[in-house]
Amino acid sequence: MKIMNCPLNGPRNISEFVWAGEVKKTPDPATAPDAEWAEFLFLEENLAGEVLEWWLHAPTNFWFIARRNTVTDEILETMTVDAFFSRNAGGRQ
Amino acid sequence: MPLALLKYGLRAAHSGEPHFRWPSDLKKAYDVVIIGAGGHGLASAYYLAAKHGIRNVAVLDKGYLAGGNTARNTTIVRANYLTPEGVAFYKESVELFRTLSNELDMNVMYSERGHFTLAHTDAAMRTARWRAEVNKHMGVRSEVIDAKEVKRICPVMSVTDEARYPILGALWHPPGAIARHDSVAWGYAKEAMRRGVEVHPQTEVTGIIIEKGRATGVATARGTIRAGKIMQAVAGSSSHVARMAGLKLPIRTIPLQACVSEPVKPILDQIVVSGSLHVYISQSARGEMVMGGATDPYGLYSTRSTLDFKESLMGHMLELFPFMGELRILRQWAGMADMTPDFSPVMGLTPIESYYIDAGWGTWGFKATPVCGKRMAECIATGKQPDLLKPFALSRFNTFDLVGEKGAASVGH
Repeated sequence: MKIMNCPLNGPRNISEFVWAGEVKKTPDPATAPDAEWAEFLFLEENLAGEVLEWWLHAPTNFWFIARRNTVTDEILETMTVDAFFSRNAGGRQ
Repeated sequence: MPLALLKYGLRAAHSGEPHFRWPSDLKKAYDVVIIGAGGHGLASAYYLAAKHGIRNVAVLDKGYLAGGNTARNTTIVRANYLTPEGVAFYKESVELFRTLSNELDMNVMYSERGHFTLAHTDAAMRTARWRAEVNKHMGVRSEVIDAKEVKRICPVMSVTDEARYPILGALWHPPGAIARHDSVAWGYAKEAMRRGVEVHPQTEVTGIIIEKGRATGVATARGTIRAGKIMQAVAGSSSHVARMAGLKLPIRTIPLQACVSEPVKPILDQIVVSGSLHVYISQSARGEMVMGGATDPYGLYSTRSTLDFKESLMGHMLELFPFMGELRILRQWAGMADMTPDFSPVMGLTPIESYYIDAGWGTWGFKATPVCGKRMAECIATGKQPDLLKPFALSRFNTFDLVGEKGAASVGH
């Protein structure tokens, strides 16, 4: 079985994880118009190549970020949410 | 047709006629360019030529004729969906499938088997009743049957309380059928080509030319061509092609795997699906058990096969059909399914003038081939969204007007 390296639990079977899709910028609830919410909820870049995604380790309910290649099926890197957002200087997206 | 076959059989020499008339060069311009020579693209080209008199059409494909998901699906045809919009749409497809062999002068081996959607929980029984009522209302034959009746119709199925997930009943859909997927695509290609449509395999589209909000041509690896109208029908690559036109789609590309057993004598007449167990199975005309399950757990642009898929599929399959333990797997493969958030397709007009989309076919594309081709051709010919396609417009996502089709293949309820 494919192994994913959870930032909290270490290497675990991929069947323990839940794929939650692309990292997107969350609209501002106070100001975002419907169109922005529609894009956030439904539209996807759906890239062939390197992507940044939300993943969940289900047994421990631990959310984190993974960098994957969607063509070669390689998991390139996993990181905690804090590590990801401190690396991306814009702060929490 | 049978008389022609008899005469052919009595002839001394059995000359063959090539099915396809391959064109050589690309022309500079076409009335319609269709990207993707799969079942949907070819069917659309056929109906454009046959029903709307639009014959200056080119169908382009990066690979070979019908080599994508048309060649990789498990060929089930049915109309027992959940939403009235979905049922009306797939009902027309079943009707077109019934006469398709005559229409295309090619045997598509349409075989009505009857279709079970098994229920293992009270919630699934409730959904089955819901679907049966919607189906009956829309004129589609479906009914809820109990476990005893399941066993009567399909004696080889293990219907027992000893199972991990006992069968409580099923949605029984007598018109459920299978067909020969390659023949469907080849038949459409043959009849479209006979009417002047050009099909160009190994012709990758590398760009889409947009002028003042209007699609006017495509760049290909073999040169640029102008087009009056452009349609994309490229399944797993939908997001990639749409991006060339400047569109972002509500689609995620996720592999869907399937496999067949070695061929055996006819033992399973019906098509059996269990949404709760994520399995479906039918026996092909060749005798192979054709099996599939849910889509992969994460998105990928790959057609690799996994052991995980086989393991989870077979665990449940053996519970339903213990005799399967004696069969060996012959082939396993995958297709790249273009999944939408509401398990419904995206068809028709786009924000770009003269650019038409046929995408979001996820795990339910083959059964819609005829109706999709017919209605997409109508949409392209008239420039208007046909009534039957209105619920499936791309614009539904802007207005939060999703279709919520949980009757899709292997979706748990």
